[in-house]
Amino acid sequence: MTIQQEAGREVGRPRKRKEDARLLTGRSRWTDNLSRPGMLHVMFLRSPMAHARITRVDVSGARGLPGVVAAFSGQDFAAEQGSLPCAWPVSEDIVIPDHPPMAVSEVRYVGEAVACVVATDRYRAADALEAIEVDYEPLPAVLDMKQALTADSPKVHEAGNKAFSVKINSGDIEAAFRDAPIIIDRTYRQQRLIPCAMEPRAVLADTDGDTFTVWSATQIPHILRVMLAVVTGIPEHQIRVIAPDVGGGFGSKLQVTAEEVLCLLMARKLGKPVKWAESRSEGNLTVHHGRDQIQHIRLAADADGRIRGLQVDLLADMGAYLMLVTPGIPMLGASMFNAIYKMDAYEFGCTGVFTTKMPTDAYRGAGRPEATFAIERVMDELAAELHMDPLEVRRRNWIKHEEFPYTTISGLTYDSGNYEAATDKATAMFGYDKLRAEQADRRDRGDPVQLGIGVSTYTEMCGLAPSRMLGEANYAAGGWEHGAVRMLPSGKVEVITGTSPHGQGHVTAWSQIVADALGVPFEDVTVLHGDTAIAHKGMDTYGSRSLVIGGIAVLKACEKVRDKARKLAAHVLECSPDDLEFEAGAFKVRGTESQKTMQELAWAAFTAHDLPDGVEARLDSDATFDPENYSFPHGTHLCAVEVDTETGMVKIRSYVAVDDVGKVVNPLIVEGQVHGGIAQGIGQALFEEAVYDAEGNLLTTTLADYLLPSAADLPPFSLDRTESPATSNPLGVKGVGEAGTIASTPAVVNAVVDALRPFGIHDIEMPCTPERVWRAVSEAQEGVRR
Amino acid sequence: MPRITVTVDGIKYEEDVEPRLLLVHLLRERLGKTGTPVGCDTSNCGACTVMLDGKSVKSCSVLAVQADGCDVLTIEGLGVNGSMHPMQQAFHEEHALQCGFCTPGMVMAAIDLLREDPDPSEETIRHGLEGNLCRCTGYCNIVRAVRRGAQEMGQAVRTP
Repeated sequence: MTIQQEAGREVGRPRKRKEDARLLTGRSRWTDNLSRPGMLHVMFLRSPMAHARITRVDVSGARGLPGVVAAFSGQDFAAEQGSLPCAWPVSEDIVIPDHPPMAVSEVRYVGEAVACVVATDRYRAADALEAIEVDYEPLPAVLDMKQALTADSPKVHEAGNKAFSVKINSGDIEAAFRDAPIIIDRTYRQQRLIPCAMEPRAVLADTDGDTFTVWSATQIPHILRVMLAVVTGIPEHQIRVIAPDVGGGFGSKLQVTAEEVLCLLMARKLGKPVKWAESRSEGNLTVHHGRDQIQHIRLAADADGRIRGLQVDLLADMGAYLMLVTPGIPMLGASMFNAIYKMDAYEFGCTGVFTTKMPTDAYRGAGRPEATFAIERVMDELAAELHMDPLEVRRRNWIKHEEFPYTTISGLTYDSGNYEAATDKATAMFGYDKLRAEQADRRDRGDPVQLGIGVSTYTEMCGLAPSRMLGEANYAAGGWEHGAVRMLPSGKVEVITGTSPHGQGHVTAWSQIVADALGVPFEDVTVLHGDTAIAHKGMDTYGSRSLVIGGIAVLKACEKVRDKARKLAAHVLECSPDDLEFEAGAFKVRGTESQKTMQELAWAAFTAHDLPDGVEARLDSDATFDPENYSFPHGTHLCAVEVDTETGMVKIRSYVAVDDVGKVVNPLIVEGQVHGGIAQGIGQALFEEAVYDAEGNLLTTTLADYLLPSAADLPPFSLDRTESPATSNPLGVKGVGEAGTIASTPAVVNAVVDALRPFGIHDIEMPCTPERVWRAVSEAQEGVRR
Repeated sequence: MPRITVTVDGIKYEEDVEPRLLLVHLLRERLGKTGTPVGCDTSNCGACTVMLDGKSVKSCSVLAVQADGCDVLTIEGLGVNGSMHPMQQAFHEEHALQCGFCTPGMVMAAIDLLREDPDPSEETIRHGLEGNLCRCTGYCNIVRAVRRGAQEMGQAVRTP
C-alpha cells in the first residue's frame, strides 16, 4: 500500500511557496539580522601570506582602543581550539594534517585567520585590527599541483604534498586499449570556483554559562553540533545549533568552519554573545572553494564508435588542509565518469594534492559535474574523430531503456531511466536538425559569427546517500534522514524535518506530501527545521538528498500516525480496524456513513477521555529513512551558441533541458532548481574562475573580479521533463538540486568547441572567456598561415 | 558627530552618525531595518538596493550623511496595510525567489526599472537588472515576475 496512490491531490501540484512571504517583505531571519542583548562583534585578521612561519603576534595594541573588549591570537586558543574535522578519509594512505581554526605557528593560505578583535560594533573592531602586529617569516608558496608532487618541491605540510591516492579498476583495461582503432586522449582543467552563495556567512554564539547556542548560516546544523562538540570538547548536549534563514549554500555551507569554532570559544571566554559576519571579499578568500582538478582522460573505442574502455587519472587540489569532505569530492565522481555509457573496462585513479590555497570542498554537484564534464567532452571528441553526430555516438553507447536496472562498469546499479525519451524530446524542442543546417550554412559562408551546438546527456548519482554505501566509501557518518509528524489538538499538523533548507522550499514540498498522506489541507501543515533543539535528529541538506531521503522520512512518519489514528478510530467507531477505509482525511466504516476525520481523532487523542487500552494520548510519530540505493536523475541538455570569431564573444542563443528527476512533488520548485542549476553551470563554462597569482594571492576577491552571471548574460531556458520513477523510494522521486549544474557546463563548452571545429580547434579551457576564444582562433589562423 | 534627519519607510529619525557610517549599516544596525541585506562590498550584487528620494541606490555605497534630509524606502515599507506591493506579489506568483537573499534588492530595482519603462521587454528587464545578482534562480522567473508586476501595477501603457 503506498500513500500516493490513495490520495495524490497535492503531490504534483505547482504550489506557490509558503516560505516566500517573509523573504519578500524583509522579515527574514538571516544570521546577521539577529541580535542579542550585549552582543559583541568579531573581526578576524587574516594572513596576507600564502605560506609563512608566524614569528610574532602582538594584539596588545588593539586591546586599549575604544570599544574593544578583547583581542586574541592563535596562541590564546591553542589549548582549546582542537583541529577542524575531516570526515572522509578516502584511503588507507591519507594524510590528514592538523588544522587549527586559528593559525598558531604557520599559515598555509592567504586569508587564514591569525588574530581577531571583539568590539562593541563592527567599525571599532575593524579599526582595532589595524593595531595588531604580526611578523611572518615567508616560506615558499606551493601552487601548481604537478610541481607540488615533484621530489624537490617545497612542502605544504611536513608529511609532504600528497594527501592520498586511490586507484579503482573494473574489467580488463589493457585489453580494452590494446589494438583499439580509436584512442581519444585529453586533459581537461576544472578551474577553481568560488561558490558565492548570496548570503555571506555569519555566526552568532551565546551562552548562559552552562549551555551554548550557535546560530550559523549553515546547511548542516546537526552535523555542526556533533562536530563542535568533538572539536571543542564541549559536551554535545550543552550545544544547540540553529540555522535560521540561510541564503543559499550550494555546498559552501556544508562545512565546519574556523569561524564557527572560534565564535563559540569566544562566547565561552567572554561570557557574552559574539557575532561575526563576513564581508564578500573575506568570503571569497575563506569560504571553501570548489572543483580544481586536472583530468587526464583516455577513451578507447571501436571504429563504429562503441566504447571499449575508459581510463581516468585525476589530480585534485585539496588546498592547504582537508576540511569536512574535501578528499571525498573527487571520489564522488569516481563512479560517474562512465556516466550513461556501456563499456568493457574502466580505470580510475586520483591523487589529492596539498597546495597553499584555500581548501576545496563541496560545490554544487561535488565531483559529479567534473566527471560529467570530462566524459561528455570526450564523447564529443569521439564523435568528431568519427565524423559522426554527437547524439549518434551517444546513442550507440548508452544504456537502453529496456536494460534497466543496469549495473554499470563502475559498479553502481541505475534503477531507472530513459535516455532515448529525454533525448528525443530535447532534440524536437531544440530544432536540432534546423540548427545543424544553419551551422553548415554559416560554415560554408565563412560567417564570422559561427554557430555551435552542444550536447550533454548526463546522469548523476544523488540522494546522498545509503548509509551502508557511505560506510563502504569510508565516510564517517550515515546518510539516513529523520522526520516527525504530530497532529495538534485543533487538527493542524506540525512536521519536523532533519533536512535544513536554504532556498529549496522544503516547507512547501513537505506540506504537500503530508497533506496527501494525512488527508489534511495543505494550509494546515507547518514544517519546522534547522534547530537542533526542535529537530533533534537530522543529517541536513546537500547532495540532492532532502526530498529523496528527508521527504520520505516525513512520509513514513505520516504512515505511522495514520496507523495510530486507525486504532483510535476503530475504538471510537466501535468497529475493527480492518473495517475502516481511509479516504480524504477520514476513517470510514466500510459500507456505512459512519466516519471520524483526522481532526476529530486529533482532538480525541488530546482530550484522552476515551482511549482504548495501549493507545497513548498523542497522535504523532517519527521515522527515519535510509534508502537501499542512490537515485539517478538524468537528462539531455542542448545548447546553441553564437561565437564571434573576431572578438571571441560567446552568446548563448538557445538552451533546452529535458530532465528526468522521477516523480515530481512540486513542478514549480523543480523548474526553479533546474533554472538555477543551469545558470551556475554556465557560470563555470563561461565566466567564473578563482585566480591566484604567482605568490599565492587570490586575485578574485570581489564580485567585480569573480564574475557571476547576471540576467543580461543568460538566455531564457526551455525546459521539459520525462518521468522514470525511482525505485528506491515510495514516492519515486530522484532529487533535482544538482542536475542543472552537472548538465550545463559540458553542454555549453561542447557548443563553443563545436562552433570552432572548422578552425581545427578541439578544446577551449574553461572559462571560455572572449580572450581565450579569441586567442584560440587567432592561433589556429596563425597556424594555417604558417 | 554629524546629526542627520532621515525618513525611513515613513518614520522620521534623527541620528548622530559617524561620517563614515554606510546607509545600509544605519538602516540595519541603528534603525533595526534588517530587511535590507548586504551581499558584497563592491556594490556589484545589489542586494542592499533601496529607494532614496524615489530612485534606487545601493545602500552599501551611500553614506548615511548623504541621506540627510532624504526619504528612504526599503523593502519593509513597500507594502500597504499589511498587503504586498504588486511587485512583491508577482515575485511570489512566478516563483522568482529561492533563498530570498537577493530578493529585497531585486524587487526594489525592478520597481525602479518601471519608472523609466513601465512596460519593459524581456531584453530591457535583463539589462535593467544587470546590477542585481541572484545565485539561485537563473533569472528566468525573475524576468517573468517583473513582466507580471509591471502589468499589475497598471503602468503598462502599451496595449498588445
